[in-house]
Amino acid sequence: MESVERLKGICQDVRADIVRMTNAANSGHPGGSLSAVEAMVALYGNVMNHRPADPNWPERDRFFLSKGHACPVTYAVMARTGYFPVEELVTLRKLGTRLQGHPSCKALPGIEVSSGSLGQGLSVANGFALSAKLNRKPYRAYCLLGDGELQEGQIWEAMMTAAHYKLDNVCAIVDYNGLQIDGDVEKVMGIAPLADKWRSFNWHVIECDGHDIAQMLAAYEEAKQTKDKPSVILMKTVKGKGVSFMENVAGWHGKPCNKDEMKQALDEIYGKGNGQ
Amino acid sequence: MSLMTLPTRDGYGHALVELGATNPDVIVLDADLAKSTRSDWFQAKYPDRFFDIGISEQDMIGTAAGLALGGKIPFATTYAVFVAGRAWDQVRTTVCYSNLNVKIAGAHGGFSAGGDGATHQALEDVAVMRVLPNMTVILPCDAIEAKKATIAAAKMEGPCYLRFAREATPVFTDEGDVFEIGKAIVMQPGTDVTIIAAGPLVYEALLAHDKLAQEGISARVINMHTVKPLDEVAVLAAAKETGAIVTVDEAQLAGGLGGAVAEFLVSHHPVPVEMVGIKDTFLECGLPEELATKYQLVAKDFVAAAKKVIARKAK
Ligand SMILES: Cc1ncc(C[n+]2csc(CCOP(=O)(O)OP(=O)(O)O)c2C)c(N)n1
Ligand SMILES: [Mg+2]
Repeated sequence: MESVERLKGICQDVRADIVRMTNAANSGHPGGSLSAVEAMVALYGNVMNHRPADPNWPERDRFFLSKGHACPVTYAVMARTGYFPVEELVTLRKLGTRLQGHPSCKALPGIEVSSGSLGQGLSVANGFALSAKLNRKPYRAYCLLGDGELQEGQIWEAMMTAAHYKLDNVCAIVDYNGLQIDGDVEKVMGIAPLADKWRSFNWHVIECDGHDIAQMLAAYEEAKQTKDKPSVILMKTVKGKGVSFMENVAGWHGKPCNKDEMKQALDEIYGKGNGQ
Repeated sequence: MSLMTLPTRDGYGHALVELGATNPDVIVLDADLAKSTRSDWFQAKYPDRFFDIGISEQDMIGTAAGLALGGKIPFATTYAVFVAGRAWDQVRTTVCYSNLNVKIAGAHGGFSAGGDGATHQALEDVAVMRVLPNMTVILPCDAIEAKKATIAAAKMEGPCYLRFAREATPVFTDEGDVFEIGKAIVMQPGTDVTIIAAGPLVYEALLAHDKLAQEGISARVINMHTVKPLDEVAVLAAAKETGAIVTVDEAQLAGGLGGAVAEFLVSHHPVPVEMVGIKDTFLECGLPEELATKYQLVAKDFVAAAKKVIARKAK
């Protein structure tokens, strides 16, 4: 168990990693990676039962990145929790890398299933959770979804499945940053009122601030304690969080920083003057 | 001589803007990728005839089908990999079975989405669209042809799939060249072998032609922009007159342009065929040119295939 302070420190490093690795690749998705930093650091740091040195340990909890484009945050959190060397992060998207532009379970141990075509992850989490029930195992399935991603019909099919089979070992996390590629989610294709929708699909809904580590830890704990229903954490977030010029700007969905922008970003993340 | 380069998706964007002005029935739909696909150029000029359906490709195809029933000419637009994959059943049953006038634009075809990796590389779209009854399948070779193909698609009746690329590629056709759906274009005459290509690889085929010419081999190059319906007259003439065929696909070998050509020839005029394409594997991330080299889809690979097929012809 890490302290909240320690987790906050890891969040800083992970943010810097995201900026650096997408800059090195000259492509990739910083916006929706930065919005999920606290959720991922809390999950990998204190919540999931896993062994980074033994990624195939059969008893582990599973994490499914349904919004596969946000793999920079997953890779950075995996590196910072000991799955592979931090130095490898800058190989993102390069020919021959294990850090594919969208995550590949064939390339990198610790990735449970390949993803990048939106809308497919929750169904897989459900199937895994069903297998846990059948195997009488305590492991849980976590699934990170984008708010724009919720427009995919398969998500709503999976919402029914999870509730129908009372999969209380499923915990979905929605990165509610309000933006997708073409702009505001509510302008492109509205999804509100989101909490009511999940509730009416018989899910236990937990709403919180996705950038508050303590709230995230409490939310995961509440999900774990909730029986006979799947839980969803609707976490309010800011796309591009931590880098002022990226925050709440849809244009930073799939655009990396150039050199000057990276310097400013790192200064902001670590507090002025400390950026390497 | 270095040619101007442009992505074929730019040709799509220009055509949509032109169609917007000339045909009030043209409607454009996108699934949260309007900037990448260039449908936002139409959106900027004709916001009332543009609909972002969000990240829901299946719903987009169904909506396009309904618009077609209402007399509109919808262009449903997103990445090739998602429209051909996620929405295939909607395309099959709602659009093709009912033979509705829906146009489908697949952007980032082939491995032009290089850095995004295998999930975003469309290597099966041509195959799965080609097998659908009533469907027309077009792969423009450059931005100029892309514009003409889009305008031609709006004029024809029935389902049509257009594949565009993300990367800028050489613009080597002329505004004045005639483009007709289903009518292949002989880009270079030749007598020893014929290279049949579609999409931006046609340019690479022309480079192969020049290399072969240096070695005294006369290669015909056919731009088979319409993969379906296949220009059987052109294929038959090539088989009879050159006796050996090379096909090139920026796609899986199974089921693409090569498959279409082979299916036709095997029952009409069997001659040796060498197919160049992706050999039953998912690719990886990398720059498109790195992938083209690693997975053997550049001119020298076409040259090798041409020599191989000519050698087979001799026996
Ligand atoms: C099926 C599918 N359609 C389209 C895309 C292209 N795409 C990648 S990310 C994205 C927007 C995602 O928005 P959101 O889910 O809100 O993600 P976030 O804001 O967390 O980055 C789109 C449309 C895709 N990857 N998969
Ligand atoms: Mg979002």
